[in-house]
Amino acid sequence: MNEAFIIATLAAAIRAGTPVVYATIGEIFAERAGVLNLGVEGMMLVGAVVGFMVGVNTGSATTGLLAAMIAGGLLSLIHAFLTVTLYVDQVVSGLALTIFGTGLSAFLGQDYVGVSGPQFAALKIPVLSQIPFLGPILFEHDILVYLTFLLVPLAGYYIHRTRPGLHLRAVGENPATADVMGVSVARTRYFYVFVGGVLAGLAGANLSLAYTPGWIEGMTAGRGWIAVALVIFGFWQPGRAMLGAYLFGGVQSLQFSLQTIGVVIPVYFLGMLPYVFTVLVLIIATQEQVRRHIGAPAALGIPYKRGER
Amino acid sequence: MVSTSTLQTVSRENEIVVSMREVTKRFPGVVANDRVTFEARRGEIHALLGENGAGKSTLMNVLTGLYTPEEGEIAINGQPAQFRSPKDSIAAGIGMVHQHFKLVETQTVTENVILGLDAPRFRLDMSRAEADVAKLSEQYGLKIDPKAYIWQLSVGEQQRVEIIKALYRGAQILILDEPTAVLTPQETEELFITLRDMVAKGHTIIFISHKLDEVMSIADRVTVLRGGKVVATVNARDTNKAELAEMMVGRPVLFRLDRPALEPGEMVLRVEELHAENDKGLPALRGISFYVRAREIVGIAGVSGNGQSELAEALNGLRPITRGRIFLNGREITTLSAREIIDAGVAHVPEDRHTDGSVGDMNLTENIILKRYRHPPIARGPVIDWNQAREMSSELVSRFNVQAPGLDTRARLLSGGNLQKLILARELSAEPALIVAMHPTQGLDVGATEYVRQVLLEQRAAGAAVLLISEDLDEVMQLSDRILVIYEGEIMGEASGEKADRAQIGLMMAGQRQEVGY
Repeated sequence: MNEAFIIATLAAAIRAGTPVVYATIGEIFAERAGVLNLGVEGMMLVGAVVGFMVGVNTGSATTGLLAAMIAGGLLSLIHAFLTVTLYVDQVVSGLALTIFGTGLSAFLGQDYVGVSGPQFAALKIPVLSQIPFLGPILFEHDILVYLTFLLVPLAGYYIHRTRPGLHLRAVGENPATADVMGVSVARTRYFYVFVGGVLAGLAGANLSLAYTPGWIEGMTAGRGWIAVALVIFGFWQPGRAMLGAYLFGGVQSLQFSLQTIGVVIPVYFLGMLPYVFTVLVLIIATQEQVRRHIGAPAALGIPYKRGER
Repeated sequence: MVSTSTLQTVSRENEIVVSMREVTKRFPGVVANDRVTFEARRGEIHALLGENGAGKSTLMNVLTGLYTPEEGEIAINGQPAQFRSPKDSIAAGIGMVHQHFKLVETQTVTENVILGLDAPRFRLDMSRAEADVAKLSEQYGLKIDPKAYIWQLSVGEQQRVEIIKALYRGAQILILDEPTAVLTPQETEELFITLRDMVAKGHTIIFISHKLDEVMSIADRVTVLRGGKVVATVNARDTNKAELAEMMVGRPVLFRLDRPALEPGEMVLRVEELHAENDKGLPALRGISFYVRAREIVGIAGVSGNGQSELAEALNGLRPITRGRIFLNGREITTLSAREIIDAGVAHVPEDRHTDGSVGDMNLTENIILKRYRHPPIARGPVIDWNQAREMSSELVSRFNVQAPGLDTRARLLSGGNLQKLILARELSAEPALIVAMHPTQGLDVGATEYVRQVLLEQRAAGAAVLLISEDLDEVMQLSDRILVIYEGEIMGEASGEKADRAQIGLMMAGQRQEVGY
């Protein structure tokens, strides 16, 4: 274990964790508004395929990225309509969305498997990347990684320090109160489910246009589900969730770097590690929540109908 | 902050600030408000008195813009008003403190106060908002820490937050829905002082209540509603309790229940150092010891959430006991299951009639036999003898005076009072040794309340031991031979039923330990 190995592993952890950061932050917004969206995996897949298709056809990764965000957002509106307007069970609707998104992405992407397309290249940030040790870990990535460095603190600030953030938290904790105080519960929930969808679409495109450029059916490999788990691990706080995403990315990148330095562990066992890690982390986080008396937004998963207590 | 301009009002005393004329509000099948005319003046405390379902809350929901009336006119300060949402009525200077507080538990006092306002635009300037809240709190003597989280506050403090919320929005007219239901006697006194101070500053208070004593002590005028109509509006000093009660119920009401002195019998229930946890895994009962004898009613008084629910559940085998022992007629029942405890002769009138007391989608007969379908004569081997069951339920339904279209009626269609009678019929007909009754009259009208209390006294006379757990201090004092006060899972002291001193009980409810009898 030398320094180069550690730097490579940590840098890879950040790259691998970044798509999960986007998806997790998106899900935090939706859940803060009281809507559990288990459709993250489906929205990511559609984002990945739409982003890649548009990228290939326009030759621009940025256009592809924007298209992926729109696609994810539109898909999430199905979930918002079903759960907010029609009061459908959020778990059922979210699962349906994932199944739908998985099928839709496979269908759309049929002709794009193995095609090569545009991608976000790594941008070394001039001065910062020269910092010993930290520089190569943090500042030799593509633009999408740098964006999360801004997104995460901004999301935390927005949730806790702004008026819309206050209303968002109120809607997720006690929609009846928010309603009486003049905050539209339906509008708030639609908006943040949409934000969640946009970020999930972005997360998908992050995979197909930057992390592992190209389209393969089912290429998210459960990252959408990891994101749902990391929301819980992160106590619905963006900063902590980002840390969780990097931990996940670290375990994932470790499986490759361990092979390169010749550790003999069966590859399937290594491939399993990120998911085992997620389960363990969830168990620990849940226990900590019980101990510290913090938990999910109180109205999470519950449709709001005016006049029902 | 919207400021309250109060000083100019002195000259405008007696001006009518709220005027509702011939207001009619219908719901499918009922006329909740039938041509109701209601007026409130500047600087008065106006009580709105009536039983449950008399239309008090509907009328106030019309005034706050939650409901739109079919007919009638509303004028505020002489200006005709049409409220399409609560926002409109807030803008007209009306604030409401709901019976079930509208607060976000995980947010601070100040965050709750500014929730829903249009200002600030984006960034929250918490320190300025906190200063505003502190100023209001000082101005009106509503002591509160602006930075505290709601979940850290007592119920009385949460009520103050609600009042500050209304004042912050510039409310001149404040509606309070059953504000004392959740308060200790001392907190009620403090609230009344605040309210008098507010009317002196020119505010108008509309005080919804069904408690005659407090209406007599706080109100300037009283409007009585019955069956959706106004019976009368009277000056409080020109009337008395009996007259108001008769207007409210429609017939003369007895205030004193006949509770003959009885010599208590054998010890039926003995609880030793009982410990249990609440649903969050925190200690809810911390070493409770007491006893209940045959032919006596022991009341447990206290502000809600101090371990009452956990105590009732622990006694009925519905909650694990972490430490301590429970004896019934000398036999230890600590570790018995709920079913074994039922069979040992414990009846349970649970806190929530709908979720714990009955199965809404089952009919009256099925609900009646819930606790005895395993035994003959209802059970014949593995099958249920429905003829027997119907016979039994028919007999009990008429004995306990349950008003229902038929035995096949689903329980959820019964009114609160009739459902409670059905539960009493099931629980008491088995001639239990011990009755654990929690909030037995909560939400019932005067008639049903009288009936339920009478039935508990009959059970006492018949030799049962009764444990009455209630937040209604009047009820506890009226029915109990002995009163225990619970606070944070501990017994703060004991008082005898007849000689109980309200002030002393109030101190115990607030957590001050008084001399314990044993």
